[in-house]
Amino acid sequence: MTTTSPQANGSGNTATASGGAAIQERDRVTVRFAGDSGDGMQLAGNRFADATAVFGNDFSTLPDFPAEIRAPAGSLAGVSSFQISFSKHQIFTPGDEPDTLVAMNPAALKSHLAALTKGGLLVVNEDAFTSGNLKKANYPSNPLADGSLDDFRIIKAPITTAAIAAVEDLGLTTQNAERTKNFFALGLVYWLYDRDLEPTLDWIEQRFGRLPNIAEANRRALFAGHAYGETTEIADAHVRVPPAVLTPGEYRTITGNQALVLGLITASHLTDLELFYGSYPITPASDVLVELAALREFGVRTFQAEDEISAIGTAIGAAYGGGLGVTGTSGPGIALKSEALNLAVMTELPLLVLDVQRSGPSTGMPTKTEQTDLLQVMFGRNGESPLCVLAAKSPGDCFYMVLEAVRIAFQFVTPVVLLSDTYLANTAEPWPVPDINQLDKIDVPYRKLEHIDPEDFQPYARDPETLARMFVPPGTKGFEHRIGGLEKSDISGDVAYSPENHQRMTDLRGEKIRRIANFMPELEVDGPDSGDMLVLSWGSTYGAVFTAVNDAREAGHEIAHAHLQYLNPFPRNLGDIVSRYNKVLIPEANTGQLRMLIRANFLVDAQGYNEVTGQPLSARLLTEAIIKMASE
Amino acid sequence: MVLHTPPSPELVENIIPIADEDLSRKDYASDVDTRWCPGCGDYSILAQMQRSLSNINVAPEKMVFVSGIGCSSRFPYYMNTYGMHSIHGRAPTIASGLKLSRPDLQVFVITGDGDALSIGGNHLLHVLRRNVDVKIFLFNNRIYGLTKGQYSPTSELGKVTKSSPVGTTERPLNPLSVALASEATFVARSYDTDPQHLQTTIEQAARHHGAAFVEILQNCNIFNDRAFADYTDREVRDERLLYLEHGQQMLFGENQDKGLAVSATGLRVVDAHGPDAGLILHHDATRPSPDVHQLLARCNYPEMPVPMGVIRQVTAPTYGDYLDGQIEVQKFKNRHDIAQLLKGRSTWQVE
Repeated sequence: MTTTSPQANGSGNTATASGGAAIQERDRVTVRFAGDSGDGMQLAGNRFADATAVFGNDFSTLPDFPAEIRAPAGSLAGVSSFQISFSKHQIFTPGDEPDTLVAMNPAALKSHLAALTKGGLLVVNEDAFTSGNLKKANYPSNPLADGSLDDFRIIKAPITTAAIAAVEDLGLTTQNAERTKNFFALGLVYWLYDRDLEPTLDWIEQRFGRLPNIAEANRRALFAGHAYGETTEIADAHVRVPPAVLTPGEYRTITGNQALVLGLITASHLTDLELFYGSYPITPASDVLVELAALREFGVRTFQAEDEISAIGTAIGAAYGGGLGVTGTSGPGIALKSEALNLAVMTELPLLVLDVQRSGPSTGMPTKTEQTDLLQVMFGRNGESPLCVLAAKSPGDCFYMVLEAVRIAFQFVTPVVLLSDTYLANTAEPWPVPDINQLDKIDVPYRKLEHIDPEDFQPYARDPETLARMFVPPGTKGFEHRIGGLEKSDISGDVAYSPENHQRMTDLRGEKIRRIANFMPELEVDGPDSGDMLVLSWGSTYGAVFTAVNDAREAGHEIAHAHLQYLNPFPRNLGDIVSRYNKVLIPEANTGQLRMLIRANFLVDAQGYNEVTGQPLSARLLTEAIIKMASE
Repeated sequence: MVLHTPPSPELVENIIPIADEDLSRKDYASDVDTRWCPGCGDYSILAQMQRSLSNINVAPEKMVFVSGIGCSSRFPYYMNTYGMHSIHGRAPTIASGLKLSRPDLQVFVITGDGDALSIGGNHLLHVLRRNVDVKIFLFNNRIYGLTKGQYSPTSELGKVTKSSPVGTTERPLNPLSVALASEATFVARSYDTDPQHLQTTIEQAARHHGAAFVEILQNCNIFNDRAFADYTDREVRDERLLYLEHGQQMLFGENQDKGLAVSATGLRVVDAHGPDAGLILHHDATRPSPDVHQLLARCNYPEMPVPMGVIRQVTAPTYGDYLDGQIEVQKFKNRHDIAQLLKGRSTWQVE
């Protein structure tokens, strides 16, 4: 084993474990599991996250998998990975470079070694480094033998053979025996990071209880991996990250897509309306459809449509009927839905559209993240077509932003687009479970309108404050009327072609969206409220930007940070805020979409920090960029 | 694994919302001036729709007309009910979402040959396949009227139109065949110039539980005049149309002197008084297999009489029956406690 000094974050205190071996204590560790798509890396990562949650660290995860369901075994295209960062402090990103990389085969090593911190710990399955696998990964020579890994500390473990040996007498097929190798690797990593095996053993029992042989095999592989760590001379890699101090309360693990689902069910409860979710399967939004479909007992009507257009059409139909009409998709689906979305703008219906953004253009990289739909949802429709756009900043925030989007949709009788993305969709974090009784009911204005005198009803008469139109769904006697995509006459809603009316309706539709700003929170600035430099961010980059700003502050720079969850309209005080600093930096996982809006709206010379790699922004690189700009 | 829970019987019946007071045709007419060209077949269809609804006495506030784009799709504006004039081809989707979330409403879709079979072809297939309880009235004039005279997916091969000055190069779709291929549970045809037949057909569709598809042959006197005159003109219709009645023999001709029988390749015309009279088929609209229905749908002038009336009407649970049934069953079987749902599979306490 080659050993150099560890370079992970933290204090490096050592303590003595019960067994007598030294355990180093660290503030934060980042581990990445990488293997073939069929190696069960996502499963191992999720088990590790559960064990970490129970242990009491704060954590954040980053699953990363290919779009291909099963690329050829051992190939570079088939590598799947799962990163988890855990800490004794609150953390906001899944970490940039891992301190530890578990590589189950040469392809996984090849794909992920570049990310590993110099001096980091490399756990490899030496059994997989056969000449065939090395060739598939384009390795001219065996990296385990040619000295090319000398910069790292290596644990070469015979993971496959040891796992098979551990389950030998259970009478499994070779294939099934070999499949336990992820549990062996997991057991080894549990030992390295002093995690408890109990949560995983419970999970195995729950998951495989009906297949006692498989359950036993996975248990044995897990124990064998753990014992391997204990008995092999790798004591200097034994690390403990103490539990974090989090706000007291009941916590669970949540991903962004799960939070969207819970938000929708909760919104249905808070509006007392049945949820209709029309959707067409599309990565990375499909989970929302799948999970909602399993919740019929909450009165949920999921509708797997024949295409994206039908998906939004059915949601518009449900909204028109007075229900909670929702459609969910990703960028390519938004492109297909844009004409129907415009119908919802013209008919002014309360519709919620979820856009879990992914990497584009065209099919792009379906399983990779990006913030590239902002301008599409703002402007990607014919005519002057304003609608409300919100963006969630963390997995758990997806829950609250759904409630906010639904509130706005009903209060202003307007379609609302809520932006999430692949990163938020799949990343998991601890989340304080909200108390359903503490959440405000969401008002549904048409319930009051149904009781007014029909003589006073005009479908396009408006609330003087919000400019919301008088929306009354079908079924109410005396209110029969027709709506549609043709231009509407102000107040009466009849078809109208007059120039003055079109100008007025265009203005009203725009003004209605602007007035949402009067009913939403102003933007808060973290740090000095004026001065040299502001970092302005939106959406899923919150964690990376927050971390980078804090790191830059620790390096001695006075920097303000503000994060937008409301993209249209902007908070009322945004123009004022961006004008109070000498420099404004806008980091985005696109080529500068928010920056374009800020410059156009406020004539501010905002600069961009832009990465379009399909990966979340790197907090480390961003810190460097912030410090560079602050020092200029 | 296949999970197929038959909906409870009380769900499988069509409940038409009826008005408290007696309503006449004019109660269903809105105060908006109709803007179709003078002489358009749509006027008759509008009048018969209003009469049919008045015959049933449907509650107007429970009635919703959803249309797409095209001449026919202006229809909802002229009805004193709820309505949405939506976007091109997508009316079936909006109608589906509306009906599934509001089973108390009666939802009619008004569409045309371009709207339903060209831009909206996909949605038509699926709304029929799913048997969503909406009634679809396709006004077929075999031309694009609102855009002033381009050929449509039902225009005959070789037809000269503005966008096919030397004739089209594509074969037309047969709307009834498309509906039958989609396993529609109700398929019928009528035409604009037979008010009584059209009213009856609309009422039959309205009373059907499930997706109903009605093709209405409609004359566009501006861009495709007399498109169906060869067999719908008063002087020739008895000879050239076959009025279908469930349970009755398929007879036509001025003196009901001809009938349809099975031939080696499909259907053939036989003399009702000749030696093959005994082979004349009885029309069975409820036959589960759509085979004979499909043969009827393919009867075209001049080789065969053109069938009118209900070709197919079978009983089957609707999409909504299944969906509402699942919700009922899952509510009975599972807890639906939001506080518990928010907690997920496991939680931990931070002190």
